[in-house]
Amino acid sequence: MSGPGRLSGLDGDTELAGLATAMAVPEAVGDDQLPDEPLPELAARYGLTRSAARPPLLKYLADLWQRRHFITGFATARNVAMYTDARLGQVWQVLTPLLNAAVYYLIFGVILDTRRGVPNFIAFLVAGVFIFNFTQRSFIIASRVINDSLPLIRALYFPRAALPLGYVLIELQQLMISMVVLVTIVLATGEPLTWYWFLVIPVLLFQAFFNVGAGLILARIGAGVDDVSQLLPFIVRTWMYASGVMFSIQTLKNLAGHHKLSYLLQINPAAVYITLTRTALLKSQRLSIPGAAPYNRHLCTLYYKDPAKHIYDSAHCMPLVSNTGLWLYGVGWAILALIIGFFYFWRAEARYGRG
Amino acid sequence: MADPMVIVDDLHVVYRVYGAGGDKGTAATALMRMLRKQRRPSIREVHAIRGMSFVAYRGDVVGVIGRNGSGKSTLLRAVAGLLPAEKGAVYSDGHAALLGVNAALLDDLTGDRNVVLGCLAMGMSPQEVKEKHDKIVEFSGVGDFINLPMRAYSTGMGSRLRFAIASSKSHDVLLIDEALATGDAEFQRKSHERIDELRQEAGTVFLVAHNLSEIHETCNRVIWLEKGQIVRAGSDVAGILDAYLAASGSAPRFRELREAAEA
Repeated sequence: MSGPGRLSGLDGDTELAGLATAMAVPEAVGDDQLPDEPLPELAARYGLTRSAARPPLLKYLADLWQRRHFITGFATARNVAMYTDARLGQVWQVLTPLLNAAVYYLIFGVILDTRRGVPNFIAFLVAGVFIFNFTQRSFIIASRVINDSLPLIRALYFPRAALPLGYVLIELQQLMISMVVLVTIVLATGEPLTWYWFLVIPVLLFQAFFNVGAGLILARIGAGVDDVSQLLPFIVRTWMYASGVMFSIQTLKNLAGHHKLSYLLQINPAAVYITLTRTALLKSQRLSIPGAAPYNRHLCTLYYKDPAKHIYDSAHCMPLVSNTGLWLYGVGWAILALIIGFFYFWRAEARYGRG
Repeated sequence: MADPMVIVDDLHVVYRVYGAGGDKGTAATALMRMLRKQRRPSIREVHAIRGMSFVAYRGDVVGVIGRNGSGKSTLLRAVAGLLPAEKGAVYSDGHAALLGVNAALLDDLTGDRNVVLGCLAMGMSPQEVKEKHDKIVEFSGVGDFINLPMRAYSTGMGSRLRFAIASSKSHDVLLIDEALATGDAEFQRKSHERIDELRQEAGTVFLVAHNLSEIHETCNRVIWLEKGQIVRAGSDVAGILDAYLAASGSAPRFRELREAAEA
């Protein structure tokens, strides 16, 4: 715009010698004049929108899809960079889950002896630890992702949901390595290789969807207040103890009389995905989980009297949540978390990066 | 007259600074505060921009000058949509890219990865990235450092690479906050050429710099801020720069320079 490009008049310069007067003087000739039209109307006429307005939800999802190469590239790069400072490098990807499994086995299997009444406890425990770890790490990282990525967010525009998505993808890649470890343990403990194993794929997929959805919610909360990422590790640890990672919610004697509580524990997302993974991979679980055999009150009572001796008789107890029920909950949690997560995260899209 | 690209309408920006002194910062004092239901005393409000209005047009390179704390960086962050307006509004077309001095992208990744990821994040396809990759690396001039993590870069190298990445795509609005100041003379020349190109690609560039010669050479308009308000804004770049120099107690020189060049 902007009027004559170069004005060589001596307008205004002398008056502007001091700052105090500078504020008071009228604009010098040749300086910008605002258009006569009210500015919001001018903006509307040229299709300009308020900065920092969030895009419509569908466009947002399309943008996100368009950035899919960024999300996968980001996940891969981060995964590689994660261990660059360690001497053992990528070996830690395998070593970390192994050490985790060893520690839990030592504490819960040997010292506290929660293995009573669970056939093939090692494989049972390791499956629980790895599956829970996937959700746990996704949550904790998602709660910090916005604050950790401020420079990137401030420098470039992209749909911010790409960040939590990318990090859950990193965790999924890590989980794949853990699964190789798990499968080795499962086979080494004498479980057979069967077609049931393929069921693990949909289970992990649903779990990943659930993690993305819940992670988006946590990412938004964590972007606002730092208190959440301080508190989250404790909440997640409590959740782990309630999800039957190191014992079986289905057959734990102390829970036998508390149907409501036991039901709630069994349908919680973490427990659902853990149980589904275990029944897919472990024949011992498929044979011993309540509901696997026709209901028989006598045999069920025997199991609770001496679990070690009648270890497979838990199958004759009445299941609180059937296998079909577990699958429905697994799908349901995933869809629910995804929808709520995307919507909730998108609502604050314009506010990320303000720090 | 060109189309307006950025419209700032009576903008006020207030930001709240947490943890700005106040109590002793121990757990005990924090607890006492909560028990007494007091607000955090350490929240301070800074009224950084106090009623600014201007219009920037397609193809403008707008220099923003003013003393430290006059609201230059705040203005750029508000235009980028990173700071909310307390009152008034900023209207723009799409999203602005903001380049600051400290904005490392992903500093534990190599420069090379940063180039690829930065381009992908801006919405380029992998094919486009492949085509532009070599050009970006060459433009940045970081040489063999491209295979080292960005945290190993000097400030100048980092900002060169970031500028190379961000300017590889034509942005509607590009905001540069002192990001070129750390580059060497050769890079400054190259970046001026690139800004000129961006301008011809019908983008709008905002440039914050304390180096007034840089503004004089690059910008066709200039906005002079003081205490969160516009003192002068216009296309008489040399005139306004001289007035600014005079106000801060230095000798004016840009008009003479220009007249000498014209003569």
